[in-house]
This record gives sequence, C-alpha cells and structure tokens, in this order.
Amino acid sequence: MTDPHIPTSPVDATTGNPPAVEMLDVWKRFPGVVANAGANLRVRRGSVHAVLGENGAGKSTLMNVLSGVYRADEGEVRIDGTPYHFRTPADALDAGVGMVHQEFRLVPSFTVAENVALGACDRIVRRSAVESAVGALADRFGLATEPDRPVWQLSMGERQRVEILKALWRDARILVLDEPTAVLTPGEADELGAVLRHMADDGRTVVFISHKLHEVTGFCDEATVLRGGRTVAASLFVADTDATELASLMVGASPVVTERPPAREVGEVLLEVQDLRCPDDRGLAALDGLNLTVRSGEIVGIAGVAGNGQREMAQTIAGLRPVESGSVQLCGEDRTDATPRQRFADGLGYIPEDRLGVGLAPRLSVTDNAVLRTYGRHRRGPFLDAAGATDYCHDLVDRFGVRTGPLEEPIAGLSGGNLQRLLVGRELVDGPRVVVAAQPTRGLDVQGVKAIQDLLVSEREAGAAVLLVSEDLDELLTLADRLLVMHAGRIVAEFDPTTAERYVIGEAMIGHSSSASLASSDQGSSR
Amino acid sequence: MTEASLVGLLEATVSFGALLYLAALGEMVAEKAGILNLGVEGMMAMGAVTGFVVALHSGDPWVALLAAVAAGAAVGLLHGFFTVVLGAEQVVSGLSLTILGLGLSAYLGRGSVGRPAGAELVGVDWGPLTDLPWAGPVLFGQSPLVYLAVVAGFATWFVLWRTRLGLAVRAAGESASTADAAGHSVAGIRLAAVAVGGGLAGAAGAYLTLSLTPQWVEGVVAGRGWIAVALVIFGAWRPGRVAIGALLFGLTLALKTRLQTFGVDFSPILLSMLPYLLTVGVLVVISIRSRNRPSPSPAALGIAYRREER
Repeated sequence: MTDPHIPTSPVDATTGNPPAVEMLDVWKRFPGVVANAGANLRVRRGSVHAVLGENGAGKSTLMNVLSGVYRADEGEVRIDGTPYHFRTPADALDAGVGMVHQEFRLVPSFTVAENVALGACDRIVRRSAVESAVGALADRFGLATEPDRPVWQLSMGERQRVEILKALWRDARILVLDEPTAVLTPGEADELGAVLRHMADDGRTVVFISHKLHEVTGFCDEATVLRGGRTVAASLFVADTDATELASLMVGASPVVTERPPAREVGEVLLEVQDLRCPDDRGLAALDGLNLTVRSGEIVGIAGVAGNGQREMAQTIAGLRPVESGSVQLCGEDRTDATPRQRFADGLGYIPEDRLGVGLAPRLSVTDNAVLRTYGRHRRGPFLDAAGATDYCHDLVDRFGVRTGPLEEPIAGLSGGNLQRLLVGRELVDGPRVVVAAQPTRGLDVQGVKAIQDLLVSEREAGAAVLLVSEDLDELLTLADRLLVMHAGRIVAEFDPTTAERYVIGEAMIGHSSSASLASSDQGSSR
Repeated sequence: MTEASLVGLLEATVSFGALLYLAALGEMVAEKAGILNLGVEGMMAMGAVTGFVVALHSGDPWVALLAAVAAGAAVGLLHGFFTVVLGAEQVVSGLSLTILGLGLSAYLGRGSVGRPAGAELVGVDWGPLTDLPWAGPVLFGQSPLVYLAVVAGFATWFVLWRTRLGLAVRAAGESASTADAAGHSVAGIRLAAVAVGGGLAGAAGAYLTLSLTPQWVEGVVAGRGWIAVALVIFGAWRPGRVAIGALLFGLTLALKTRLQTFGVDFSPILLSMLPYLLTVGVLVVISIRSRNRPSPSPAALGIAYRREER
C-alpha cells in the first residue's frame, strides 16, 4: 500500500468487522482516456458513504467496476474482506452489490413488478403473486410505488424507487447509487436521503455518488474524494470536515470560480414569448401558456426540475418544434412560424442541450461542423470553397480556444469541453442579438464550465439578450440578472438572484408557490 | 361459387396461414430478443431443401423435418454469430442470409429437381372429426405442421409472457443493458432466440416441400419469408394477433390462385401486394398511437449490445 491516504489496518476499529467494500489501486483505461488511475475506496459496513468528484473524476467508472459492469485493468475489489473478480453485474449481485445507475436500467414497457422480477423470480411467473411481493417489499422500506403500473408512466423519482427496489429484491447488502439526486426535486432528494439512512441503520451499506456538497454534509457519514481518476482523500468523516474543504479537494489547489458579472443597464426587448403552448413528444402539454421577455444586455436564467418544458421552450424559440398557439418575437418581429435558418439570419444563436446530435454532427469534420450554419458564404459557384471554409474554421478554433486535431478529422474524438467550445463558438462568432443556451455547461470540467460561462457573460456585455436554461442552480445564481422558475410548462416565479433564498427557489421548482415552507434542504452552502 | 370451392378456399387459407405463422413466430421470437433477422426467406429455403433431400435419403418425414429445423437454426445462428458476437449491422447480415440461403438451397437441391418426394408428412388421424362437414377438411384434414404451428403459438405465448426466461428474452429486446444488469446473458438469450427463430423458419420451409407441394423446385419459398417478416409488424409482436394476421395473409395467398375460378376479375398480382399494404397501414396506426405510449416494437430491436461501450 503506497497511498498515504489509506489507513493500513483494514479492520473497523469499533466493530472488528472488515470493511464492506474495499477497492485497492484500481486502474481502468478507455481509448484515449484513463478513467481510473489508481483509485482507492474503503467503505465501513452500515454507513452512508459519499464518493465525490467533478465530472470526469472517475466516480462512475469506479462504481461500474464495483458493480461488475466494467472490468478493472488493474486493482483489487474486496467485499467484506473477500477478494472478488466480477466479470458481470450478476457476479456483483451475487456478492451483494446492487447498483442504481444514473441512466436507469429499467424496461419502460414492463410494469414495476416485471422490472423488479427480472432480477430474480420463479421459473413460472405468476403476475399477482409477484406484484403483491413487490408491494410488500416497497412498504417495508417506505418506497411508495404501484407494482402494476408500466414504468413509462412513472416520474423520475418513482423510477428511481423502482431501481432501489430491484437492488433490495436481490437482497443487496451494498447499494451503490450513481448521482441519484440529479433527476430529483430538492424535496424528493431529502426523502431519498431518509430512505438511505433507514437502509444503513438496517445494516446495509450505501455508496452515494454526488457532486452536490450539501447532500454529502446532509446525510452521509463518510466521504471519499476523487480527482483525475485517483483518490485524493479517503474516508473522511463528514462530521470532521466541511463543504469548503470538500470543494477544494474536488477541484484541486485553485478552484476556478466565475464571479458575478457587474450589473449593467438593459436595453430594448429582443426576445419576447407570449402565451406559448406546444405538446411534448408524447402529445401532452409541454408548454402551457409560457410568457417571458429578455432584454438587450441581460442574462435571464431558467431554473426548473428537468422535464417541465425547458427543452421544448428552447426548441420552439429555435424553430425546431411547432407551436400550438402563442407567439415568439425576435428583435421586435413576429417569428413564430419562421424556419431555423430565418431565425439565425435574424441574429439568434442557439446552443442546444444535445450537443452531439442536434448541435454537432459527430462523424463530420471540425471544418464541416464549423460551417454548418454558414456554408452559404463559403462557396465558389455551386461548389463549397474548401479553402475558405478551412480558413474560417481556423479563425473560429483559435478565437474560441478549441483544442482539436487536424480540422478534417471527425469531431467525435474531441472532449466534451472542446466540442462545446466549437459549438458555442459557431453560434456566437457572428455576434448574435439573442442567445438561447440550453444546459451549456452540463458535463464539462471546471475549466470548460468557466470558459463557456465567460463567453455568455461577454455576449451580455456586447448587448445580446441571453436566455440561459440550466439545471445547476449555482450557475444561474451567479450569472443571471433575473431568475425565472419554470414548472409544468409555464413560468411560476421570478427571483432576484442576488437576494433569493435557495430553498424558496426549490419550492417554486416543485410547484409550491408558498414561500412560507419549512423544508430547507440546503442550510449548508454549496458554493 | 360452390360449397366445395369455398371449403377448398378455407382449407387453403388455414394451410397457408399455418405456413406463414410458423415463420412469423420464429421471426417474432428473434425480434422480441432484439434481433431483426431479414433472412427468413433464406432460412425457409434452406429448411425446404434440407427437408426434401433428407426425406429422399431417409424416407422418414419426421427425420426430414428435424433436419430442416436444424438447418434453419444453423443459418439463424450464423446471423447470430455475425450480429451478436461480431456486432455486425443486422439489416445487412439478414439480407445477405437471404441471398446465401436462396443460392445455397438451389445448389444443394440441384439433383433433386423434379424427383418425387421421398416421404411426405400426411394428415393426422382425428377419427370421426375428419368427416365433419366444413370443419372436417378445414380444421382436421390438415398437415401435422398446421397443428405444430398452433402448439408453437401457445408455447411461444406462454414462454414469453409467463416465465422467467420469457421476461429475460423480452428485456433483452427492450433494453439490453437492463437485462445485462439484472444478470441475464444478453448474447446467450439473443443467440438462442435467433436459433429458435431459424428452426421455426426451417420447419416452415419443410412444410413447403414435405406437405404443401411435395417436390423441390428452386424458388419454392416465393417471397413468403418476406410476408412473415411483415406479419410480425402487422401482429404488433403478439402471438395472437400474428395468428389472426397469418390467417388474413393466408387468405390472400389462397385467393391468388382461385380468383379466376371464382369468376372475379381482379389481378392476382395486385392481390399479392395486399399483405404489404396492410402492414404499411398497421405501421401508420402504430406510429399515430405511439405519440402517447411506447411503440409495440421492441425498443432495442436491431441494436447491437456492447457492455463497455460508453
């Protein structure tokens, strides 16, 4: 054992038990990426243990090794002191390790009971018997669910309960949850915390991946921090540390923090949405009378729980989704029925949340992607002016600091941060008057987040109207001049980000307009 | 139209329907596990030639049927090897299989063209039931493969919807990563399903050369494998609805040769398009209904599964 952070004695001093989970010097490489570079983890039985780290720190990879999804290139996994070499998730389940993945492993067309029974059941499946057994298990752990409902009808919070039920059904003693609160409202996250606490008190062990510090300080016993694929702090007692220390461990020596941009005079209304209605992919109302305005020189932030119409709002403003009624005005002109290209010509820059797929074409080259919007300018007669397009792309790449290989190579090999710089650069290079940015920093590392945020702020300085949709409340509170909360397809509240209380915003996000709520999930600041 | 010709039409409808049903059930099992196999036509041809040739040499129709099932399963497994083990594009592999099966069957059967069958699968003796008016010839005068198709339909329904194995098969077709995380071998399930599917297609092929028209000619399958593929969609991946569709499509096949004798002036060529037109109609209905509910098509159909892909 060379890592100074790992205590040499593997035995729990108080109980004499070996740790429930031990992972020693785990390495896992993917083509072009080292996801785990000697990561260590030691989890005490009966505890709730947080695994913390930035995006790309190797948390999910380490947990996938623990649950048998990935096989480690090097390193050792021990469960209750016994070494294991998991080859499949089934092996891990047999050893008592159950994982709740970030993307749920559920069959949408199956009922709750069928999804649970998929893990283990008799050869002949008797539907009613399975349903009542699943219902009984759910009741025992306080996980409200309806066993006979198909999963596609359930909310994200309910789906997560089904995932936890699946692990409990297989009698998992060690439950691994990969960013379980990412899809939950603040209230649901608190409920989940209580359920996990209950399971730990029941003698089970919970490993909880997160990058939200207030959750770690809220209901975890110990925390392990990963950075760049290795363990930088192992099994810290949460009671002995605080959010600031954890934050600096996560981001390294010098945390990069975007400062709140100074206040600025706002100008004329450049984007106005009136009483907008449109259906979602399932035909249900996604936007239900949406009203908002964004003025020149301001960033308007949109907060909300995922799936409350944010996606559809960005798409309707960009012209990618037909509206049922209502209007969209760009720079004072009614553009409700205009094509995406007309809106681009009006000065709309659109940064879609789905950056590979909607924003960029993965198999096209850097140059082709860079000129997707403007290829009409680079032509020689009926042909594309390849040299002109390459020059243009060179300028773009230089100006926005995109690190790429050869420009004629497909962009699929670029990192998330560089893809986003390319996309944002393409949309901002002409100085748009209106910018719609949907989740522009999601999944980026610290430097990438900072770079994109700085670009949005400089657009604001240049007098653009910026509409920023984000799931990161901290980002919205830092950048936005006004913060709107979206719920069930409409704006339900507006806050001044400099004075708003996080828990009041959280209440508005789940549709409770009363500010007199007692629930506060966030006494500890996470900034 | 006489009573006798109507009975004949119904008899042929059931007979063609069972033929289509066997092949479509096989395709449905493979698709339920997530493997689209467009090689049904080729697998049927291989079953047809194997059944006929083995019957010539052994003289035992049941041995010939088993050989046909094995031949279909082997071709199915070849598709499984390409798509499951090597992760090849399923459409490309399936189409190649059709070409391969048609060519190879023509080659293997080149010495058997025009020869009388070595053995035939003859009707089951249902005793007095066979003498019933209407029901006798239509229901009880059929080839044993018709009854096999009925049994296979119930067995498929029971296994897929009432057993643990079926749950795992359907999960592999809906969300392979979910089935994997639940501890089921996606590759094993898919290989087995595509082999079962091939075996049923092989049985359908044997039905052609051991029962329906007991002789071998090149091209004996005559596009019925493609109708079986369409039938799975028409039946929305449910054995009961596929059975109804099989009878409906069987009726169009039966009518094709009889329209003229009924004195109806309608082109049999247009009639043979009907199964495809009906299938397109069902696809439209499915896509309209799917706006607010999941499509009945297995969600992971046609998608290769690699556990460590990210």
